[in-house]
Amino acid sequence: MDFDLSEEQKLLKQSAHDFLSKECPRELVRRIEAGDEEFPPALWKKMAGLGWMGLVIPEEYGGSGGSFLDLVMLFEEIGYKICPGPLFSSVVFGSLPILMAGSREQKKEFLPGIARGEITVTMALTEPSASYDPSSIHVKATARGDEYTLSGTKLFVPYATGADYLLCVAKTGEKKRPEKCISIFIVKNKIPGITITSLTTLAGDRQCEVVFDDVTVANTGILGTRDKGWPIVEAILENASLVSCAEMIGGAQAVMDMSLQYARERTQFNRPIGSFQVIQNYFADMWTDINAARYLLHKAAWKISEGIDAGMDVAMAKSRTGEAYRRVTTLGHQIFGGIGFTKEHDMHLFHERSITGDLNLGQGAFHRERVARRLGL
Amino acid sequence: MNFDFTEEEKQFRQEVEDFAKTELPADWDEKALYWPAGYGTLPGLEKEFKEFHDELLLKLGRKGWLTIGWPEEYGGMNSMIKHAIFDDVMSYHRAPGGDVSNAIAGPTILLVGSDDLKKEWLPRIGRGELRFWLGYSEPNAGSDLASIKTRAVDNGDEFILNGQKIWSSGAHIADYAWVLAKTDPDAPRYAGETLMIVDNKSPGITIRPIENICGICSFNEVFFDDVRVPKKNIVGEVNKGFYCVMMALLYERLFVGIGAFRRVLDELVEFAKETEHNGQPLAKDPLTRDKLAAMAIEIEILYGFYWKTAWLMDKGQVPVLEASVLKLFGTELGRKLAGAAMEILGMYGQLKRGSKWAPLRGLVSLGYMDSVSGPIGAGTSEVQRGIIATRGLGLPRK
Ligand SMILES: Cc1cc2nc3c(=O)[nH]c(=O)nc-3n(C[C@H](O)[C@H](O)[C@H](O)COP(=O)(O)OP(=O)(O)OC[C@H]3O[C@@H](n4cnc5c(N)ncnc54)[C@H](O)[C@@H]3O)c2cc1C
Repeated sequence: MDFDLSEEQKLLKQSAHDFLSKECPRELVRRIEAGDEEFPPALWKKMAGLGWMGLVIPEEYGGSGGSFLDLVMLFEEIGYKICPGPLFSSVVFGSLPILMAGSREQKKEFLPGIARGEITVTMALTEPSASYDPSSIHVKATARGDEYTLSGTKLFVPYATGADYLLCVAKTGEKKRPEKCISIFIVKNKIPGITITSLTTLAGDRQCEVVFDDVTVANTGILGTRDKGWPIVEAILENASLVSCAEMIGGAQAVMDMSLQYARERTQFNRPIGSFQVIQNYFADMWTDINAARYLLHKAAWKISEGIDAGMDVAMAKSRTGEAYRRVTTLGHQIFGGIGFTKEHDMHLFHERSITGDLNLGQGAFHRERVARRLGL
Repeated sequence: MNFDFTEEEKQFRQEVEDFAKTELPADWDEKALYWPAGYGTLPGLEKEFKEFHDELLLKLGRKGWLTIGWPEEYGGMNSMIKHAIFDDVMSYHRAPGGDVSNAIAGPTILLVGSDDLKKEWLPRIGRGELRFWLGYSEPNAGSDLASIKTRAVDNGDEFILNGQKIWSSGAHIADYAWVLAKTDPDAPRYAGETLMIVDNKSPGITIRPIENICGICSFNEVFFDDVRVPKKNIVGEVNKGFYCVMMALLYERLFVGIGAFRRVLDELVEFAKETEHNGQPLAKDPLTRDKLAAMAIEIEILYGFYWKTAWLMDKGQVPVLEASVLKLFGTELGRKLAGAAMEILGMYGQLKRGSKWAPLRGLVSLGYMDSVSGPIGAGTSEVQRGIIATRGLGLPRK
């Protein structure tokens, strides 16, 4: 057993923390959230320079060959600083599926560009049914000679507007078991037939509707093997759930740190509110909630890094973390009182992200069902 | 990071597993109904099991398993992780592992005891020859331990002890008392108490069992009436008793009966698979699935706090925060698990031990009652949250 981070991981966390404190202040987060500004290309470049986009890409494809656990450590800091932008989508929904399933040519074509931050990729997975079940995939890919045409609607696609490529998850047949005929297509974004509409969401996080209307893709655009797309989607969903947990835990930690500072400074009845037992109890519960989720996250991420099946652990982590983040921000709000209910205060930024983090990639009950199955029920 | 055990640790787990399988009586599962993180159903406290437990302790002593966390020079293995593995396996079988003597008295003597004290007591504790009960609480001193009234008066080479203890778990089956008494009533709070070992057979001790809400006499009230305690039985320094008590609390907090959580979950999963309800297996009912999954997640989290606390101890740290969270989370989880188990069993949950209709041998009806005790005994949940916030997170007391 070893609960410690490696020296490299500590360094990665610390440097990410310092960098984001300087380069991604809350002011910027707010401007982006409000839609007044897009994610600054200069900041994106600097992040690429730090190697974040290529963190888990092997060296032969231009990355630094870090582990999944390293990625999780980085995203705890991203979440702590609530840094917006397409990093999550491009790394998790772009590079990981290509890494997992792509041919050598596909890897060579895309990964070095992603690692350098020159190409951004996202995944068009969920549809209006807002479900993560293979039966919910209705976007259809019809074969015509050595091409396919894609038709249908994708919803909640992260950062589709700015992406260079979309990984579109589509049906390539009709079978009784829908997971047996799903394929992933690498589609150049904004080619004829693609219409993208931004969704206005609570956290202003650039999720989109993407409509495919007879979009033509060469059959070389299939990622990996035809009809074998669903297991990749499953694996990516597990990875994405954990990275999302990392962001949420970072965010929850930030809420606790902010609240702790406030509870020491704010006085009422001539004493710091942090000396009131009820407030102290909130903190005990926040610490417990955050560290409970963090253990589940680290263990699951460690398993993925070691190549051990982590299905159970991922489901546990995601179901617990979303709910914990929500509880922690609610308590944070309670501690800040009226001031926390103002737009001027930062608490609402976390409150928004806690609920969207819980909703996306499967809520508590969804993941508990996955746990139940793995318990043998 | 690494969440795996070493080969040696895995082998050790297997060894304990084998021991439990061979040494526990064939009908043990029927008899022992310990509820995780409860203090009222510990089999080691039941009179009915005394003979068996005494013998088991001697066997464990011979294996060196009562002193796993102790330094090697005192016959230990110097590994709290191994100690935690041992307790995980034993509590999975609802078997008594150690008790106050090796979990509290031993570690405290190691930390604050004189050489003579170490020589006199540690080998006997290590061999499993004697059992202690914990004499802290009094009728008017529970959470506020500093307000104890039991008085020890200096009388040459001995102290004369007078007063009353209560909630004294296992006093009726133990050999010695581990008593905190006032030695300086005029001293400021926390500076006038002394820790001492008192022979249960001393003249002047009266032990009266108290029946707990599970129907078991697990604890007692104990009266001291001019009881003579030789000075060599003082643990640590006179008037430094509070400090000694605090030192040992961490060790005690690892005892949440962690394996028994796992066991209950396994049994409930089996129950859900085997039981028909509304024409289908209960295991197909979405609410039941959700409840069991939620419990599985909480139990996994408890293991996280458990291993982390043990790991920090092995690193030589004093994990005040983690140990309190472990105690708080574990005992509160004992209650949640009891509630969930009752809901899953439905009306059958109320059936008691002995009824032919009782599922899980009546474990749940008993456990539901015992789950009350965890968040109260050994420092209430409120006290733990206070420790976490002030000593752990540095919040101001005033
Ligand atoms: C099954 C069982 C076994 C036990 N075994 C032993 C044993 O072997 N040896 C032994 O010495 N003791 C034992 N105890 C006693 C146990 O340690 C005490 O019950 C416990 O410390 C609480 O003390 P109390 O019962 O006097 O409650 P009180 O201290 O009177 O507490 C009552 C309520 O007030 C709350 N409260 C008290 N002070 C504060 C505060 N400052 N802030 C907020 N809330 C507060 C408590 O949290 C609790 O909710 C045992 C108890 C149980 C239930």
